[in-house]
Amino acid sequence: MSNTEQTEQTEQPEQREQAERAEQPEQAEQAEQRLSTAPRQDDDGTVTLPSLGFVGWIRWFWRQLTSMRVALILLFLLSLGAVPGSLIPQNGVDATKVEAFKKAHTTLAPIYEKLQLFDVYSSVWFSAVYILLFVSLIGCILPRTWQFTGQLRSRPPGAPKRLTRLPAYTTWRTTASPDEAREAALRLLRKHRFRTHTAGDAVAAEKGYLREAGNLLFHVALIVMLVAFAWGQLYRSEGGKLVVEGDGFSNTLIQYDDFRSGTMFSTHDLEPFSFELKQFTGTYETSGPQRGTPRTFEADVTYAEAGGPDKKAVIRVNEPLKVGDAKVYLIQHGYAPVVTVRDARGKVVFKEAVPLLPTDANVSSQGVIKVMDGYRNAKGEKEQLGFPAFFVPTFAGKGQGEMFSQFPGLVFPALNLSAYHGDLRVDSGVPQNVYQLDTSKMKPYEDANGEIFKKTLLPGETMTLPDGAGSITFEKEIKEWASFQISQQPGNGWALGGAVAALLGLVGSLFVQRRRIWVRAVEGADGVTVVEMAGLGRSESPKLPEELAGLAAALHSVAPSAPPRNDPEPDPDTEQAVPAVPAEGAEKCCASPGDDPRTPSSRSDGETSHEASQGATQ
Amino acid sequence: MTIAAATNENLAQISNVLVYSAMAVYTLAFLAHIAEWVLGSRSKVGRTAAALTAARKAAAPAPAVQVRTAGGGTAVLDKPEVADRPEVVTRSATAARDVPDGPGAAGGDEQGDLYGRIAVSLTTLAFLLEAAGVVARALSVQRAPWGNMYEFSLTFSTVATGAYLGFLLAKKSIRWLGLPLVTTVLLDLGIATKWLYTESDQLVPALDSYWLWIHVSTAIFCGAVFYIGAVATLLYLFRDAYEVKVERGEKPGAFARSVMERLPSAASFDKLAYRVNAAVFPLWTFTIIAGAIWAGDAWGRYWGWDPKEVWSFITWVAYACYLHARATVGWKGRKAAYLALVAFACWLFNYYGVNIWVDGLHSYAGVD
Ligand code: HEM
Repeated sequence: MSNTEQTEQTEQPEQREQAERAEQPEQAEQAEQRLSTAPRQDDDGTVTLPSLGFVGWIRWFWRQLTSMRVALILLFLLSLGAVPGSLIPQNGVDATKVEAFKKAHTTLAPIYEKLQLFDVYSSVWFSAVYILLFVSLIGCILPRTWQFTGQLRSRPPGAPKRLTRLPAYTTWRTTASPDEAREAALRLLRKHRFRTHTAGDAVAAEKGYLREAGNLLFHVALIVMLVAFAWGQLYRSEGGKLVVEGDGFSNTLIQYDDFRSGTMFSTHDLEPFSFELKQFTGTYETSGPQRGTPRTFEADVTYAEAGGPDKKAVIRVNEPLKVGDAKVYLIQHGYAPVVTVRDARGKVVFKEAVPLLPTDANVSSQGVIKVMDGYRNAKGEKEQLGFPAFFVPTFAGKGQGEMFSQFPGLVFPALNLSAYHGDLRVDSGVPQNVYQLDTSKMKPYEDANGEIFKKTLLPGETMTLPDGAGSITFEKEIKEWASFQISQQPGNGWALGGAVAALLGLVGSLFVQRRRIWVRAVEGADGVTVVEMAGLGRSESPKLPEELAGLAAALHSVAPSAPPRNDPEPDPDTEQAVPAVPAEGAEKCCASPGDDPRTPSSRSDGETSHEASQGATQ
Repeated sequence: MTIAAATNENLAQISNVLVYSAMAVYTLAFLAHIAEWVLGSRSKVGRTAAALTAARKAAAPAPAVQVRTAGGGTAVLDKPEVADRPEVVTRSATAARDVPDGPGAAGGDEQGDLYGRIAVSLTTLAFLLEAAGVVARALSVQRAPWGNMYEFSLTFSTVATGAYLGFLLAKKSIRWLGLPLVTTVLLDLGIATKWLYTESDQLVPALDSYWLWIHVSTAIFCGAVFYIGAVATLLYLFRDAYEVKVERGEKPGAFARSVMERLPSAASFDKLAYRVNAAVFPLWTFTIIAGAIWAGDAWGRYWGWDPKEVWSFITWVAYACYLHARATVGWKGRKAAYLALVAFACWLFNYYGVNIWVDGLHSYAGVD
């Protein structure tokens, strides 16, 4: 075995093939010519260091990198390197978890940070592994493609001298002339879609090129997928937007609540479209142990592409809206109670649906109602108002403890408000969270006891502010809001195409067997034609003997047996001790397909062409 | 509505009863397999040593060609009525050990064989009960029965048993798998009913998609078949160690001899493991792609390094590693086998480990 490998290592397969072709058709060992385009391997563990100069070293390094063993090691490292990312919180997946982790592990976190363990998949070391792997992959594909096209252009190699050595063999004496037998074999093999030609006294045929083609396709597709993925990362954009029922969104940067993009993204890339949220519907399990578990979330929208007509669509959790390159995903939902605020004179100064943020699974929500302009107090002065609000869609009832919702659906909605007046400081220049109240310049209204004025309202109820300062009404209409993620990631199509190609290639590569068949027909010593057929498969080809048997039977019906000789020569099979050329599944019986021979299935185990060529070199 | 709910509850109840019955029958099948192995140990089989010594002797003078005559397995053409038909002669590697497969757990013992047959019948019955349990569960929830880990485990062992019975039906010599399979199925069902049980219920919206059918069904199928590959690999390692020992002329312990002699040869195990793993690898690839497409719809990105995605990827790379190793001369045999086991361990971790210990977006586990 090591014998073979050394040969493999030292010989350039291309040269060898050329040499063999040059000596056609008498070259006996052509059968063992490489049946594969797998790269040369030096897997016996010994790495021979070059004693050459710089170029030699480069060449040596390249050879190492593109060897199968290094590919194996890199693959292994890749899977190993992916592990920590699944156990340690990742910035790219959940940044808040990373923060929590850092707080909890003050000694470990800086070390992790140094090792880039919070960003494993964009870390230097992880990138290094996969970039090396893909360089190796390219270095592996190029020569193999070259070699494979060479094989496709050249014809199947001529028959080896001793067909008896091959893993599957059969012979008979026929009444047909050698020419007739060869003609018949040629036709037969062509019919079975072998690449076939006659070389000397034998017909040479080969089939199953799809294996190499599939293998190459698979590896090329991997590269396509990686490039598509990288491309997508560079040009992607992703933003969030909260929309209340009845409101709309148009896809420009300023409309986003938050926005992220890849380094190569430019705002011109934003797909021009707009949509309006007509209605959001959420339904929940109403009974049983999973009461309250969401069942459906649906956002009914109308949307329009730049200048186009309005179209209707429904966005669900698993069904984003696709507009051009952009996809609109439904992310979250909540309630937006409609409130009316009147000032001291009874004038309506504010009437809006105010989105509140859910704080638990039953959509207990909180937020702030901010009245910025138009309000005048009892003295007629301009002031701003702020109402911290707690909302529950299903209230437990008065005196039932805190404002926690009992169910996510709107069964018994209640709104708890307190009230502040003064300056909201929205113009202070400091960015403000719309869901929080800056009370530094505000004073709470107080009740008779000097406590903060607070009230829980049911729909339709009004809270009157002390000292005739006005009122706030919790309207019967309660809207819902939905938040959307609008993402654009070019290259998705390529990634998918690559994935499908990879899959097809893989199927071809794993399920197709490449094999060669030779049919030799010569006139024997007694003037009767002797037909010999033999097959050689690459790696695991358990069906080869069966296939040969089928072909032999077909040929035999055209070139039937001649009457037996009087003085039988020794059967060519048992003639002499010749080292057998192994092949996978070689000795599997092929009497009747489908019968299960209890005989030991092959002892040989996935022998590749390497062992096959061993026969040649001995 | 309430009537429907009641029927559903009834169906869920029926499903539970069926699963428990299946467990009972699997237990009986387990006992029958044990009986088969115990009775089979009465026969004295020693083919391995015989074959290996014979091979050594034969190999001594010259590498003799082993041409098998028609009776000994030589291929015979499929036109037996023609008297003078040509025969196909096949050869195997000279390097490989020439060891016949063992006779199976029963070891040729008639009573053992009887128990073996009983075990297979019981396994079939248990399989039918369990499959009915899965169907009842699916009907009770009116969706694919793969909404949580309990249902997932249930389907997993059903498919594994189904695959085994399928192999038997196809007349593959795979009866050696019976005992390990039934043992694992019992373990799986025990864990599922004791720790993973979840009341039958509908899905959360994020899981409600036709990709569920595609992605999860192929994932379960891959797992079940990878499992068979892993058992074959494990037994390959044992059997190979045994053959090496015998080849070196050592005498393994009586127990090892009795068990190992009845198993198929290392080469058979190895080949089966490779075929099984290679055959499902494209399906596993497809599973991941389908998952990515689904993730693209559900979460707005098709790949986001969620722990489940990471471990699917790791499993995939590990199996790719194994396939590469098989194609690489120096890595064949035991080294490749270790890789296959590592790959299956990754699959297992992805299933149990990630669901239970690592939290991510794949919130279907239904365990607290
Ligand atoms: C991203 C990394 C890679 C993955 C996921 C991968 C995956 C695979 C898979 C699944 C197979 C099995 C298909 C078959 O047996 O025909 C395979 C085969 C093969 N791969 Fe790769 N591969 C990768 C990188 C490489 C590299 C870098 C090389 C070159 C050094 C390489 C060379 C080969 C060869 C020669 C075969 C055919 C083996 C045979 O003769 O059957 N692969 N690869």
